[in-house]
Amino acid sequence: MGQTFAQKVLAKKSGKQNIETGEIVQITPDVVLTHDNTAAIHGIFEKMGGEKVYDPQMHAIFLDHATPAPTTKHAENHRQIRDFVENQGISNFYDVGRGICHQVLVEAGLALPGEIVLGSDSHTPHAGVMGSFAAGIGRSEMASIWALGQIWLRVPESIKIVVEGELPAGVYAKDLALTVIGDLGADGALYTSIEWHGETIQDFGLSDRAVLTNMATEMGAKNSYMPPDGKALAYLEKRAKRSFDPIFPDEDASYTQIKRYQADQIAPSIACPHTVDNVKPLREVAGTKINQAFLGSCTNARIEDLKEAANILEKRGVKTGVRLLIIPASSEVYLEAIKKGYLETFIKAGAVIQGPGCGPCMGNHMGVPAVGEVTISTANRNFQGRMGTKESEIYLASPAVVAASAVAGYITHPSDL
Amino acid sequence: MKTIKGRVWKYGDDVNTDVIFPGKYTYTVSDPAEMAQYALEDLDPKFVKEVQPQDIIVAGKNWGCGSSREQAVVCLKEIGLGAIIAKSFARIYYRNCINNALPAIISPETFDAVSSGDEIEINMITGMIKTNGAEFVFPPIPEAVMEIFEKGGLVNFTREMLAKRKREK
Repeated sequence: MGQTFAQKVLAKKSGKQNIETGEIVQITPDVVLTHDNTAAIHGIFEKMGGEKVYDPQMHAIFLDHATPAPTTKHAENHRQIRDFVENQGISNFYDVGRGICHQVLVEAGLALPGEIVLGSDSHTPHAGVMGSFAAGIGRSEMASIWALGQIWLRVPESIKIVVEGELPAGVYAKDLALTVIGDLGADGALYTSIEWHGETIQDFGLSDRAVLTNMATEMGAKNSYMPPDGKALAYLEKRAKRSFDPIFPDEDASYTQIKRYQADQIAPSIACPHTVDNVKPLREVAGTKINQAFLGSCTNARIEDLKEAANILEKRGVKTGVRLLIIPASSEVYLEAIKKGYLETFIKAGAVIQGPGCGPCMGNHMGVPAVGEVTISTANRNFQGRMGTKESEIYLASPAVVAASAVAGYITHPSDL
Repeated sequence: MKTIKGRVWKYGDDVNTDVIFPGKYTYTVSDPAEMAQYALEDLDPKFVKEVQPQDIIVAGKNWGCGSSREQAVVCLKEIGLGAIIAKSFARIYYRNCINNALPAIISPETFDAVSSGDEIEINMITGMIKTNGAEFVFPPIPEAVMEIFEKGGLVNFTREMLAKRKREK
């Protein structure tokens, strides 16, 4: 019997020939990702008796969750992290303004095929877009890796998702992601490794693929994997921090489930309050009034996403009384958007553009809603209270729908503008 | 730790970490005692006011989904919660429970058998839950990670491992 991607990568890293699902293995990750939580993890590390980290080269640290610091307390947290980075001699450090950890990890050539990335952030599976085995972990176990250089992982069962055909016009990777999540449910992939296959996936660019690996978290997945193809390898050519060895699943690998989707059957979709798997066809909630539209987050704030929004906002304005917040995922995206003229389009349309980072996604700052307000967002979570107050509603949709809704003042598809 | 006896706080399916410990506190609140004040703030404001040490949360499927934030476990550990029994747990939340030595028990039968306020007795040695005259068996913690649990959590476990390595050098 062949082996899945998860079996193969965990076997290799634990020095075994073959491993079974359910087995527990000890591995040393290639990359450990932390962000604004680095100082808190350092506190746990010290409680464990840690002094010098096991391997400074393993670390990738990003300031992105509440940046630039909204309060003195946040600034103090950032200061402690910079001290830690300097004291430990960590070179892969990305300070305020560089962008969201998951996006920058990929841009920096640190998400590599066949490698293991563990992050103290639930959207770490995002890095699977490059063919990495990438999973989220807690703070204590991150501190333990810093100290010991190893961690236990259970070899997960795998789900294979195969998508064939072409998406209809006006339907995007986000609609596919939401459709799959609505279908499988918030725990539909609990503890499992998701593998994405099929011609639709192969036709997608890396940005669209990242929407899928990023949002696999919302089905409970441990990791989410895209087989690295020519597009991924070309992207890495000038970026990869080191040489790497891609790993592919065997043709006859064993999956707990194989789900097949026809891309031409996917329709514009939206996740309604207050769970990500509460997915409905967009037309069912079209017309719902909004107060705020947020185009940002690790899910959907790359140049391709800004391009979709710019196409819609060209020669149009944001509805009076509605805020459109735009936060590029990284400084690289930001610069590209300036060069392509998108930012001029956004500003003329009446949008607010803010520096790269997570922004209001988890309710820290930079555009949190008021009590009773409705936000439409390109992010990945709409839980009650997520953006700061539990008395507000969040809808999740594609960048095109978010931009169109900002123009209309209510939820709408761009084709109905 | 062998026996945990407490009152039930019952919640539903897919309870996420944003309502267990709100994201807006994640980078400013670092003291566990302060974290405890915000436990379940957006799910059940009564909880913090009335919870007693050794009380037990009984939940539906996928308890602790969403953000990886460990505060969503630490705040409950700090309160003195005895255990969480659920139909299933989100993966990172489950790991965080083990790492903080907070018993996370998978028992769908218990969920169906209890209401808020009922008494539950958990025997961690025999893997038995007693409530309302019924008894349920639950799967043990995987042996490979039991050691972390027995040492009172990952901080203690790692401290011992690290000290051992330093001695061996």
